[in-house]
Amino acid sequence: MAKTVEILGIYDRGKTAAACARVILEEDLGKVVAFSPVPDHALDQALHVAVSPVRLFVLIGGLLGCAFGFAFQIYTVLDWPMITGGKPLISIPAFVVIAFELTILFAAIGGMASFLFLAGLPRLTGRAAPDARFTNDMTGLSVTCAPEQAAAVRACLERAGADEIRG
Amino acid sequence: MSFAKINDDILRTLRPPGRLYYVGLLVTITAFLIGVLAFLYQARTGLGVAGYEHPILWGIYITNFVFWVGIAHSGTLISAGLFLFRARWRTAVARAAEAMTVFAVATAGLFPIIHIGRPWFFYWLIPYPNERQLWVNFRSPLVWDLFAISTYLTVSVMFLYLGLMPDMAAARDKVGDWRRHVYRVLALGWLGTDRQWRHYIALYGFFAALATPLVVSVHSIVSWDFAMSILPGWHSTIFAPYFVAGAIFSGIAMVITLLLPMRRIFKLEGYITVHHFENLAKLMLTTSLIVGYAYLTEFFVAWYSGNPFEQGTFYDRMFGQYWVYSWTMFTCNVLLPLLLFSKAIRTNLKALFVISIFVNVGMWLERYVIIVSSLSHDFDPANWAGVYQPTWVEAAITIGAFGLFFTLFLLFIKNFPAVSITEMKETMDRSAEADPASAWPEPV
Repeated sequence: MAKTVEILGIYDRGKTAAACARVILEEDLGKVVAFSPVPDHALDQALHVAVSPVRLFVLIGGLLGCAFGFAFQIYTVLDWPMITGGKPLISIPAFVVIAFELTILFAAIGGMASFLFLAGLPRLTGRAAPDARFTNDMTGLSVTCAPEQAAAVRACLERAGADEIRG
Repeated sequence: MSFAKINDDILRTLRPPGRLYYVGLLVTITAFLIGVLAFLYQARTGLGVAGYEHPILWGIYITNFVFWVGIAHSGTLISAGLFLFRARWRTAVARAAEAMTVFAVATAGLFPIIHIGRPWFFYWLIPYPNERQLWVNFRSPLVWDLFAISTYLTVSVMFLYLGLMPDMAAARDKVGDWRRHVYRVLALGWLGTDRQWRHYIALYGFFAALATPLVVSVHSIVSWDFAMSILPGWHSTIFAPYFVAGAIFSGIAMVITLLLPMRRIFKLEGYITVHHFENLAKLMLTTSLIVGYAYLTEFFVAWYSGNPFEQGTFYDRMFGQYWVYSWTMFTCNVLLPLLLFSKAIRTNLKALFVISIFVNVGMWLERYVIIVSSLSHDFDPANWAGVYQPTWVEAAITIGAFGLFFTLFLLFIKNFPAVSITEMKETMDRSAEADPASAWPEPV
């Protein structure tokens, strides 16, 4: 693997960092990881094209929950057929309630599990964030690039108004 | 106002508390222990120590159950419902309301267990393959309740935790003492990278979209515990919307009751402003009007039905042996909140605090009246003579429930950021972008 260097630019606000990240990606100078204390739409748009796939897992969870809710209730009444309330054994309207609850439950669990997986959490060992201020008030751009690109990256970070550049 | 100031101001609430906090905690823990002792006594002696008497076999325990489930609702409404409507003022109060939701549902969930004769067999409600080869009756609203409450608790906990994750990372990077190790574990290694935020934002939106219909379904299901029976006073098609509105009404009252002392103790006046309380008061007024309308509709329908049992129950409710409770309930829930039409009262925090307490009392009584007065006046006139008198055991367990709820809330706000740091910063960011002149106001 080719040798790479890591350069960190620290910004007061996310907006300028986003402009810089866009340039770095467009000119293919290196790989960018952004750190910010709040979700930053400008950064998000600069760094990602596709929408988060969490939605897919929420949908799958919801559909599974609904199917499981009906299937489980129907299985139990067939396993031990007992008429209550003069209703047919498979009384769908009465089963809707629990199927609905399980739809929501499974969708939420599916969403949470996929979020943790996609976000790489939990992550209790390994490197900490390069600067503790990233959860407080600063936005950071960590650029991994080839050594020959380092000067260009530094120039780009600086042009966008970085308060501090490291590495 | 800057990000760093928001960070410092809110994390300041995690510092060692003052004497007032410890006094509060002592009171709530004592109340909780009283409840525990009363429950142990009841478990040992039998359910006879509760004041049940045929035909009134649901009493204060079920009243408490419905009350606490109701309290939970405004938390989800504020954090999820208002999020969907992009009501930005929710930011300041959402965290406390979400925490309140979790603790209220947890408290509510204890009551069906306390209410049953052999609480150690409560798990029989859960459908699992067993040696009796029996399954629970899925057509029963009581089983629906089990699913609704456990789903609600699980989803609320996940929603609260998701919002807390970046805040605990902020605490981890700021708090100097031993607690930073705890926050490190609880933050699950959150770094705030663009990848993490991207999935976080997506999931947060979905949680809000899932929790809003969930909250409506949960109290509808609780109302069907009653409405699915044929008892006059219970058997009604308006129960679901009526209970949902009542739940949000009582929950907002509880949010006001909790937030006013909290902002005083933690000096968060700059973040939780009069503007927020006024908005809460407006929501409380709206839901109060819906609840008042539902009360009147019930009476109208009872009269219009021409059904003597229905009419008898509602006549008895207002003029029978439980008349004091009914009239107090009506005064607290319908008449007093009308004062909130006045802006001077909405923005007077002392008045608002007093009204919120009355609403709490009124909404507790509403559940008591619906349950006890309807049960006491069923189809058989021979049953009408019985009067339900709550015993000291029931009273002590009720006090214990309040103790448990407030203890959990107090512990939470001292150990976790009581206002969402992330969302506060976000709101500041957005308002500054939209109109730099109207950026987030400096704390007074």
